[in-house]
Formats: sequence, C-alpha cells, structure tokens
Amino acid sequence: MTIKYSEDHEWVELSKDGVVTVGITEFAQEQLGDLVFIELPDVSDEVSQGDNICVIESVKAASDLIAPVSGELIEVNDRLNDEPELASEDPLAEGWFVKIQLSDTSEFDALMDGAAYQEFIEE
Amino acid sequence: MGLAMTETINEFTTVFYQMHIDAGAKMMSFAGYDMPVSYPLGVKKEHLHTREKAGLFDVSHMGQVKLIGENAKKALESLVPVDIIDLPLMKQRYAMFTNDKGGVLDDLMVTNIGNDSLLLVVNAGCKQADFAYLQNAIGNECEVKVLEDYALLALQGPQAGDVLAALAPESSEMTFMTAKTLIIDGIEYLATRSGYSGEDGFEISVHNDQAQQLAKRLLAHEAVEWIGLGARDSLRLEAGLSLYGHELDTEHTPVESSLVWALSKARRSDGSRTGGYPGAMSIMSHIDNGVAQKIVGLQPEGRAPVRDGVVIVDGEDNVVGKVTSGGFGPTTGKPIAIARVESAVSDGTKKLFAMVREKKLAVEVVKLPFVKPNYYRG
Repeated sequence: MTIKYSEDHEWVELSKDGVVTVGITEFAQEQLGDLVFIELPDVSDEVSQGDNICVIESVKAASDLIAPVSGELIEVNDRLNDEPELASEDPLAEGWFVKIQLSDTSEFDALMDGAAYQEFIEE
Repeated sequence: MGLAMTETINEFTTVFYQMHIDAGAKMMSFAGYDMPVSYPLGVKKEHLHTREKAGLFDVSHMGQVKLIGENAKKALESLVPVDIIDLPLMKQRYAMFTNDKGGVLDDLMVTNIGNDSLLLVVNAGCKQADFAYLQNAIGNECEVKVLEDYALLALQGPQAGDVLAALAPESSEMTFMTAKTLIIDGIEYLATRSGYSGEDGFEISVHNDQAQQLAKRLLAHEAVEWIGLGARDSLRLEAGLSLYGHELDTEHTPVESSLVWALSKARRSDGSRTGGYPGAMSIMSHIDNGVAQKIVGLQPEGRAPVRDGVVIVDGEDNVVGKVTSGGFGPTTGKPIAIARVESAVSDGTKKLFAMVREKKLAVEVVKLPFVKPNYYRG
C-alpha cells in the first residue's frame, strides 16, 4: 500500500487492485475546523482529476473535495452522512471520503509522496 | 480544497495580540484588525463552552466613543429613533444611526455613564465613518471623544456572573442592560451587563495599560476560556441577534429588519417626541403601515447549512427572500439561518425552500431566537 498526497490536501492510498481511498489530511482538517456536513457523490459516477466531488461544510464555510485522480467512484463513506465529525476527528482512517477505481495510474504516480507533501505544507 | 492560505498584514492589532498568539489563536483580518477567529479548542467547542461556562472575547476592535456635555443626550437623540433623553443613569440601550431614507448606517449600544456623558459602542467596520459622522453632525453641541486607548472585553456565559463577582463582588448587583464602575485590584473599570451571545455576561471597557492584567485575572478562573470571532458569530446567530451588513444595512429601515421593539414609543408617530431623526417619515410610516419584508428565522430540514446570500423560493419557484446569516448552530446541533423574506410568507404557513447548489432544500420559518436567552434580569 502506498500513500500519496495532492496539492488540495488530500491523502490518496493505493491498494493492490488499483483502487484508491481518498480522505483529507490533518493539515486540511486543521484549516477547515469542525466539519458539520458532507455531501457525498453517487457511487458509480465517473470522475476526472480536478472535479469537485464532495461538498465539505465546516462551521465556518463550504469547501470542495477535489478528485485527485480520474476513475470510477466505487464506494463512498456513508457514515459521513450522519457523522461528518468523523472527518474532523479521525481524518486519516474512519473519516475517509471515497474510493476510486483508477483509470490512469500515471495520475497517481505523479502525486506527492509524504516527504514532498510535508515540504509543500511548510512552504 | 480551495483553502485560503494568503497571509495578510494588517494595520491594526489590539492590546491582546500577543496573548492571542500565545494562546495558539488562528488569526484573521477583520475590519482592518488582526483578530482571533478561533483558538485550539475550535469554533464548535468554544461555542459550547460559552453556553455552558464562560467565554472571554477580545472585542477591542469595536469603536468606543464618549459624548460629553449637557446637550449630549439631546444631540444623540437627533440621530437615532430611540429615546436617549430619558435614558436613566447607568442604563444601557440599543440604538441605530439612520440615514435620510430610514436605512441603517450602524447599530450601537448607548450607556448613560453620568456627568452629562454617554458611552457609545459601535461596530468595528463602521467606526471611522461613525466618528466622522458624529463629529460632523453634533460636534458643535457636545464633545465627541474617541476612546483610542481603550480595549473592550466581553465575558459571556452562565458562569460569567460568578467569575466577575469573585473579582468584583459589587458586579452581582447589576442586571441586564445596566452599567457599573467596578474596582478590581484597586483599578476602576466600566462594565455593562450585556453582550452578543444570548447568554448572561458583561462587556468591560478597560484602558490599554490595564487590559492584559484584567484579561489574565479573568482567564485565571477555571471556567474561563478565550473565545474567537468564529464562535462569537455562531452564538449571536443562535441568539437571533442582528449583525450589521447582514440583517441591517443602508437599504432597509429598522422596521424592515424586524427591530420595531428597539424603536422607542416616544419617537414614534404618536409619541411625545415624535420624529426628529434622519429618515423619520419612512420609519414611522413603516411602523404605522407595515412593511413588505421581514427578518425571520429559518430551520433547514436537512443537515446542509444554508449560508448568507442563499435565495429562498416558494413551492412555485417564486423568489420570496434571501438568507442574511446562515451556518451551523453547535447548541442546536443543526444548521440554522436568518433570512429577509416577503411579509406574506413570514408566518410560516407556506412551504419554503433554500436554493443550495441548484438543489431545493426544504426550510421552515421559525421564531427567533433559536436558543432561549439567558439574560440576568435580577
């Protein structure tokens, strides 16, 4: 399993079958503040890298989760419908957002690794 | 995720700036000041803490100005649709500056502090315009003295009374919307029992030289935490209180903003000192004949917040209003909003919808406030 990061502060974890799990990083969670509502996309939607796929509402404002890679949405974390706070409290595990079946592995390869992301947020 | 990462360097900071930084505050630009939006506790927990215990807010960015002189009351009365002449000693009243059309230039708190003096607290974003306006309009009738060197602290929450009484026992004699000079560690402060959270609490005007010392004394109490502007806004939203630039603006009279309660009987068309303030004809006509729009509470039925600017429609897609303030109520645990809607739909009998991201979300018109006020009336 490999974890990479997008410039939109998402973590993207690749499993063997070419499926990635996407969530927000701790940095993003800190910036957003307490999350109060998450609007999830429909399963089986085709998404392109850069698409807005979820609406994330914090106590302060609304933001978007942006597809870090292209592919088919094969699963969403339904628990976020009733427990949006999961994404605040446990963003790296229980608070994952969506799973995408990669259509182009080169998009995943081009994301930042942990060290590069660390450098990115320290800029 | 579209996070704003730009750093802005602001011209102004309050005397508490270093204390906010030391407390780990997230700072943001507000009305030209670098202000704490939240602390490590986070907006939601800060909000709940204030509802359960006591929160300390730095509101020093707000404008404080004294009007001094035997004509001060009469002079201020010529600018507001509120009874100032009969404002008793050490009592506080809510008022608003109106323009010639009856629109609102700013809303403010007025306290009769004795010795022919009034203390006004005005909004940060309007204060420079307010100071100039006061100087221009009534500067020849009384002294307009801007308190440049004074900070303002708000202590809010059900334990605010106990916290302040521990330092200044005489504060326990104060009731809602009254003022008193308190002595803490031998230093005099002017406090009013008021606030902007819907909770019991105080606002304390303090000279910059003594401000940090007072804040430290208050924070030393286990019930007290610093609370940022983020929670200040969600608290006032739950309390159904108007925010200038949202529920109040130059385009709507106080009547159109559902503030008839704040317009003194004496200044209305059948009052003893009728009219005599900018826009009086429009405002009195609005009171007497009714208005086409009202400010109401909206309870969205789902979980999605309905935010400022969202359009409200009826079942036939006719636009009937617009959200003036919207967000999430940590105490109610639900999204909540305030909207300006056509009077015809303000009674809640018609089904209404908020247009959020091109979807029609059902909303219910509800009575304000969302959370029952907890003011101390003695």
